[in-house]
Amino acid sequence: MSAPAATPPSGAATEGDPRSWTVKLRRRAVAALPPEKLLPDGQPTYVASWIYVFGVASIASLIVVIASGCILTLKGPAWWHFTSVGHFFNSIHLWSVELFFFVMVVHLWGKYWMAAWRGGRARVWITGAIVFLVAIPAALTGYVSQQNFDAQWISTQAKDAMNSVGIGAFFNLTNFGQMYSYHVLLLPVAVVVLVSAHVLLVRRHGVVPPIELDKKLPARAGGSGPAAAPEPPPEPSPSPEPTA
Amino acid sequence: MSWLASTRVVGAAFNLNHPAHTVDWHFIHLSVANVVVIGLMLVVFALAILLPFPGAAKRREASK
Repeated sequence: MSAPAATPPSGAATEGDPRSWTVKLRRRAVAALPPEKLLPDGQPTYVASWIYVFGVASIASLIVVIASGCILTLKGPAWWHFTSVGHFFNSIHLWSVELFFFVMVVHLWGKYWMAAWRGGRARVWITGAIVFLVAIPAALTGYVSQQNFDAQWISTQAKDAMNSVGIGAFFNLTNFGQMYSYHVLLLPVAVVVLVSAHVLLVRRHGVVPPIELDKKLPARAGGSGPAAAPEPPPEPSPSPEPTA
Repeated sequence: MSWLASTRVVGAAFNLNHPAHTVDWHFIHLSVANVVVIGLMLVVFALAILLPFPGAAKRREASK
């Protein structure tokens, strides 16, 4: 048995071998999203507005959706149909989805009217829009996975819709197994991954300032990061490295 | 009143034993329930813009 290699000095360990892929990846990740941007101490003053609350409200409701969905998945259809606790969690799941869409739409309207794609934030806007589009089939597959007459009705109506637009061969909404798999695995994973990317991009570029603030601060107009307290924001700047 | 009886009272207040009421205008065809939700979203959106956020004025002063 050979002796372990000598530990390099701490400085060298931090820097690492520049040829290592992990070192390259780490450097790129830290350059794209330094810790002070990822977990900032505070937010710019303009964020103190109710219209900025709906993004985090969407995330909060999504957490409840996923937590209640995990419980329903563990217990199964007989539990959510025939027990009072099952009814309760079934309702929590339904109403948290309703709330998720409600606050997500208000968030979407707010960001649309403040042109939140300004200042190099196009990817923030695009990922948010895709989350909305992916969340729709995530909810639809839930409605057809209920295992009741509602589910039968919705699935046959939706099957007609799929057939009419030419994709009925790929999605059989009357197939419970297929729809349930989409609902509890594929689509939730897609939503969570996209929401994570969306939040990381928001952290990278900063919360979009109001349009009138951009006009008052022409030097920062077009998308510098947070333009107010608690600390001067770094310019979002076109970064040389490719990003997601 | 038992739990079952109380649910019957609530059920009587919201009688769903009929075809959905809809709003029709040209090609637009929406259930009243959906129109109510859309209206609520518009109200919440307007309130979010109009209502002052607690502590916002203090933060603005502090940042000057």
